[in-house]
Amino acid sequence: MNSFKFLTAPDVPAAIQLTDDQHLAAFIAGGTNLLDLWKYNLVNPTALIDISQLAALSALRELENGGFRLGAAVKNAETAYHPIIESRYPLLSKAILAGASAQIRNMASNGGNLLQRTRCYYFYDHQVPCNKRVPGSGCPARVGYNRMHAILGASEACIAVFPSDMCVALAALEARINVTGIDGERSLAFSDFHRLPGERPELDNNLKPGELITSIDLPEKGFPLNYSYLKLRDRHSYAFALVSVATALEMNGPTIKEARIALGGVAHKPWRSLEAEEFLRGKTACRENFAAAADMILQGAVGLEYNNFKIKLAKNAIIRNGMMALDPDAQLPGAQPSL
Amino acid sequence: METDPQYPHPEGMETHLITLKINGKHHSINIRSWVSLLDCLRDHLDLTGTKKGCDHGQCGACTVICDGKRILSCLSLAVMKDGAEITTVEGIATENGLHPLQQAFIDHDAFQCGYCTPGQLCSALGLLSEGRASSREEVKELMSGNLCRCGANVGIIDAIMQVKSGGSDE
Repeated sequence: MNSFKFLTAPDVPAAIQLTDDQHLAAFIAGGTNLLDLWKYNLVNPTALIDISQLAALSALRELENGGFRLGAAVKNAETAYHPIIESRYPLLSKAILAGASAQIRNMASNGGNLLQRTRCYYFYDHQVPCNKRVPGSGCPARVGYNRMHAILGASEACIAVFPSDMCVALAALEARINVTGIDGERSLAFSDFHRLPGERPELDNNLKPGELITSIDLPEKGFPLNYSYLKLRDRHSYAFALVSVATALEMNGPTIKEARIALGGVAHKPWRSLEAEEFLRGKTACRENFAAAADMILQGAVGLEYNNFKIKLAKNAIIRNGMMALDPDAQLPGAQPSL
Repeated sequence: METDPQYPHPEGMETHLITLKINGKHHSINIRSWVSLLDCLRDHLDLTGTKKGCDHGQCGACTVICDGKRILSCLSLAVMKDGAEITTVEGIATENGLHPLQQAFIDHDAFQCGYCTPGQLCSALGLLSEGRASSREEVKELMSGNLCRCGANVGIIDAIMQVKSGGSDE
């Protein structure tokens, strides 16, 4: 463990300016992941800049375009239990509540949720190489115990998966990420925020150095009637997903008007297939059609020695969650199977 | 403000003066930036009821109530809690004796070695004040952040359900 300075700033521009002044500075909001990584000697900031009290990051509010803005420093629990999230974006509420524990959700920030590092055990183990931890050193997971690892979008360099639940719902809902950096503000589509490992697995996302997530915008459409978040894991609660599925449907009787399906626990970022979602448009919501969509989503999936089971698990989860989305009230606490 | 002699401050290692209201009592503490709330409670204030289990946010033994919310003190920086009001296990009982939740833990054998118990109690108090759990299944789900290696979980859930069903004014 190393020492660091603790700094505060009155507003976002001042906080960003501090990153320019300080070598190896990091922002801290909830700290639930950052301080854990610091204790594991995986990050070594020389300064932490406290953004948890910044007013500009601390609101949940409606937008003029009918959408809803999640402040980056607002806690996950406050977000999940907000009346508008529960009523208009229940998929997001369910996904947040399927992640971590009640204590961590009381601490963790919305912006920080997007920036979680992988839970690949080789990433945490300084005794072994890891391309994400030490670029170019190698990946022991590929030939090691890879039960929790990626089946989609992986590279020779890295088969780590992104652990967030909240982000799986945000991907399905097509949220946007607002960031501010030294060069000003910009907005990223959710699908453009996280990245696949390729040859640079040390980079989890497309944030530029010193950029700060200020808020997450949800579009007006929240799919409040037909949705489900299913999380499959080694224990019923407080464990990371082996496979998770966020499904949002807009129905017209038995027919699907619009479908969104995002997978968690299978890739370096939440995984969607626009082709599969387009296929479901105008189709009946039934097991056969969800199975056909699942095959499209899982096209190109590659299993390794210990995670091959995930391909079939993901297919079954997509089918089951499609059916569960037709009856959201039946879902059990903790995003467990209800059918 | 006196400096804790156990923790001299080498030159260049700045400290921060923070105030915490813990179990109703105000404390001023001169602390380095990287000290967790857990270490602050245990090592700087001798409030050792709060336990260090994993120190990585995986076990819940360090749970305390901070400004009305249950949090993990091991993943909180003390310096970020300046001005906060904190309840630890030492602050749960009243002048009239045990808190009903503590009595319920005794009634239901909700512990064996007892190491996780302070965290379980604080977490359960947080759960009761949140008002988000009504069924036994929901209580189990919302208590999943507190592990019990002795396997007293059934007793723990029984104890919480007893308080929820009227054994307490929570």
